[in-house]
Amino acid sequence: MSLSDVFNVAASALSAQSQRLNATASNMANAESAGGPNGEVYKARQVVFEVMPVGQDGQSAGVRVSRVVEDDSAPRRVYDPQHPLADSDGYVNMPNVNPIDEMVNMISASRSYQNNVEVMNTAKTLMSKLLTLGN
Amino acid sequence: MNTLDATLNFQEQALKLSGQRQEMVASNIANADTPNYQSVDLNFAEALKNVQAGTSATVALQTTAPNHLPALTASLSGTDAVVYNTAPQPSLDGNTVDMDTQRAQFAEATMHYQAAFTFLNGQIKTIMSALQG
Repeated sequence: MSLSDVFNVAASALSAQSQRLNATASNMANAESAGGPNGEVYKARQVVFEVMPVGQDGQSAGVRVSRVVEDDSAPRRVYDPQHPLADSDGYVNMPNVNPIDEMVNMISASRSYQNNVEVMNTAKTLMSKLLTLGN
Repeated sequence: MNTLDATLNFQEQALKLSGQRQEMVASNIANADTPNYQSVDLNFAEALKNVQAGTSATVALQTTAPNHLPALTASLSGTDAVVYNTAPQPSLDGNTVDMDTQRAQFAEATMHYQAAFTFLNGQIKTIMSALQG
């Protein structure tokens, strides 16, 4: 356990938060994608974080994405008989992406990312100061 | 422990421990969004007292011949002084990291680190000026 592990901890958080941001971007981009590559409607994705031991003794707690889960709630039904993917009743299944949830997620991920960048910067300043010890 | 060691020892331990505390706060900030993560902190005063008293576990070099030096390194970890933070605003996912507190603690740990560094630097300068006249 030393100050240099701060870099690993903060880096793991940066990576995890950017994956979360990536999932949010996918969801927002596909908010209106009625058809997916497998013929199914797109489902909103969320990342799940878990603690990851960091450092030689594994006492520091970094973070990683343990898995990506798909939201299994029912798709949004939109009445649009002209749509090529409309069913016999004239309804189209649209993705279950909630843009409000996604925006909140995006802001939260962005703030956490900034916090970790600041942590890393501070650790960098302290370590370069330590190199001047005795001068 | 020789005189030089003894002079520098206290601030050196303080420097190490504030580095360690900084790392714990960094872990908390990194895991601010991890479900069920328990926020931790170092009781700095107790950790420093333990390290000074030599009560926390120490790591020794292995000696295989009688004239090997038993280089005892003071323990880096005051792990017996680790405490859990309580969440002022409990969250639904069981996470107890409060970002405002952690930001404040991180700034505090940084100041402690810089203070220890400055004191250590001053002591080294004192010794140097005594040596050089």
